[in-house]
Amino acid sequence: MNKLELAKQANEVRKGIVTAVHSAKAGHPGGSLSAADMFTYLYFEEMNIDPQNPKMENRDRFVLSKGHTAPGLYSALAYRGYFPVEDLKTLRKLGSYLQGHPCMQDTPGLDMSSGSLGQGLSAATGMALAGKMDGKDYRVYCLCGDGEIQEGQIWEAAMFAGHRKLDNLVVIVDNNGLQIDGKVEDVCSPYPIDKKFEAFNFHTININGNDMEEIAAAMKEARETKGMPTAIIMKTVKGKGVSFMEDKAGWHGKAPNDEEYATAMAELDKIGEELGGAN
Amino acid sequence: MADVKKIATRESYGNALAECGAKYPNLVVLDADLAGATKTGVFQKAYPDRHIDCGIAECNMTGIAAGLATCGKIPFISSFAMFAAGRNFEQVRNSIGYPHLNVKIGATHAGITVGEDGATHQCNEDIALMRTIPGMTVIVPSDDVEAKAAVDAAINYEGPVYLRFGRAAVPVINDRPDYKFEIGKGVVLKEGKDVTLIATGTCISGALEAAEKLAADGIDAEVINIHTIKPLDEELVLASAKKTGRVVTAEEHSIIGGLGSAVCDLLSEKMPTKVCRIGMNDVFGESGTASGLLEKYGLDGKGIYEKVKAFVQ
Repeated sequence: MNKLELAKQANEVRKGIVTAVHSAKAGHPGGSLSAADMFTYLYFEEMNIDPQNPKMENRDRFVLSKGHTAPGLYSALAYRGYFPVEDLKTLRKLGSYLQGHPCMQDTPGLDMSSGSLGQGLSAATGMALAGKMDGKDYRVYCLCGDGEIQEGQIWEAAMFAGHRKLDNLVVIVDNNGLQIDGKVEDVCSPYPIDKKFEAFNFHTININGNDMEEIAAAMKEARETKGMPTAIIMKTVKGKGVSFMEDKAGWHGKAPNDEEYATAMAELDKIGEELGGAN
Repeated sequence: MADVKKIATRESYGNALAECGAKYPNLVVLDADLAGATKTGVFQKAYPDRHIDCGIAECNMTGIAAGLATCGKIPFISSFAMFAAGRNFEQVRNSIGYPHLNVKIGATHAGITVGEDGATHQCNEDIALMRTIPGMTVIVPSDDVEAKAAVDAAINYEGPVYLRFGRAAVPVINDRPDYKFEIGKGVVLKEGKDVTLIATGTCISGALEAAEKLAADGIDAEVINIHTIKPLDEELVLASAKKTGRVVTAEEHSIIGGLGSAVCDLLSEKMPTKVCRIGMNDVFGESGTASGLLEKYGLDGKGIYEKVKAFVQ
C-alpha cells in the first residue's frame, strides 16, 4: 500500500475502534485511536503474516503490551481479514471471542494474551530470543504505552533484550502523553524515554506516530539496525481522529454514547472523504 | 534412617534436566542468577546454549518463558519458591496460566528447610498461590526418584506445571523396581485402618516414621503420598477416609491453602470427615538448621507422631 492508502485504511480502523467501543458501552478508545496508524502500518505493510494461516511458523509476531487498547488491534485484524469486521460489535460481550483484553486462545491472529501492564515486552523478548535460538528470521514487534513503562518489568525486559542484542525486536512506545490520572509527566514522568532505552543498549528513533511516512522510515531503520534492539518512541495524539476525544485523559477508558458515536463517525467519514474516499 | 541415601530434590531437579536435555531438544532452562543453588547449573554445563540466565529479574524471566513457549520451546523457569511463585504470582497467572502456555516452574528452596536464610526466603505459601490458578498442575516430589520422574512427566504434559523442590537432603524412599509416577495419582506407602496420614514432599519421611511409632502404640495408620496437590487424587483420598474415618495431613507449608486445605475442600463436600492439618500454623519461619526447624515446628517424625496420637485419642 502507498502512504495515502495506508492513511485511508487507518481511518477505517479508527471507525472500527469507535464502533466496537460504542457497541460494548465500555473499553479504551483513546489509546486505540492514538496507535491506529501503527496498528495499520504493522498489519497492512510491515509484518510478514497470513490471515488465512494465523499460526504460520515463520510469521512476524506482535505483542500488544498495552493490552487495554485491544479495540485498535482487533479492528486492524478484522480489516486485515482475520475475522469479520461486523464481529467488532461483539467486543466485551458475553461469549464473544473479542475479550476486553487480548486472549490468544480466543482470537485468531493474536500472538500473546496481554493486558496486565508491563508483561507483554517480556513475552515479546522471549519470542525474539526463540527466533535467534532457532536461527529464524522472523521479527517481533511490541507496543507499549508511555504510562505502562512506569512498570519496572518493562526495564527488566529492556535490560535483557539489550544484553542479548535482540535486533529482531522492535519496541514501540505510544507516547500520547496521557494516562488515567492525567499527564504522564505529572503522574510520574517517564521522560526522557529515548535516553532510557539507549541506556539499556537500544537503538532509538523518535517519530510522529500519526504520520505514515515517519512510521515507514522508522521501520526501515529498525530493520537495518543490527546488533541491538530498536525502540521507536512515537509521539501521538490520544483519541486521534475524533475531535472531542483528542488529548483528553477522560477518554482513556470510556465509551461514547449514541450521540457522541454519531458525531465521531461523521468526523471520521469526513476525514475519509478528505483523503479521497475508500481504497 | 542413618543408612538411607539422602539427596536434596533440587539436586534431583538439576540432574533430571540435564538427563532430559538430549531426549527433548525443545527443552530450555531459565534461571535468575541462582543456577548454582537451583542446580540448573548442571543443565547449563551440558547445554550452555539452551540455558538462559535472566539475571535477578524473575518476573521478566517468566514472561520470556511465556514467549519462548509460544514458539514451541518447553521452558523450565527456576528460582526459589519465594520468587518463582510469590514475587511472580501475577506473571504466572496472567502470562502463563491464562494463555495456558507450556511453561514449567521449577521452584526450589520451598518451605522452612531453606534453613539459615530465615523467613524472607522460606516460602510456605506457594502451593496455596499456585493451586488457585486455573489449569495449573502442582507437584511436590518427596525424594530423588520422584523428583526426577516428575520432571520427565512435566515435560510430557502439555500445559503449565508448578514443581516444588527443597534445599535440604531428604531420604530416598521410592527406590523400588515397581515405582511408577503418574501426575494426579497418589501412592499408598503403607496400608492401615485406624487413621489416614496424607503427606507430601519433605513430610513423607516424617509421616512414615510417625506411622512406625503409632504402630508401636497399637495405632494402624495408612500413609499416603500425595505428590500431586492439583489435580488431587480424589478417589484415593475418599477411599482411605471412608476406611479409617480420620484424616491427618502433613506438609512443609502453611496449613492454609496447601495440601491440608485441598483435602478439606474435597472431604467437606463429598465425605465430611474430621481432619487434622499439620503444617506451618499461620506463622513465619526463622533462621536455623533444616532439621532444627522441622523439629521446632513439629514437622518431623516425632512432631507428626505426637499430633496424630493426640488426634486419634
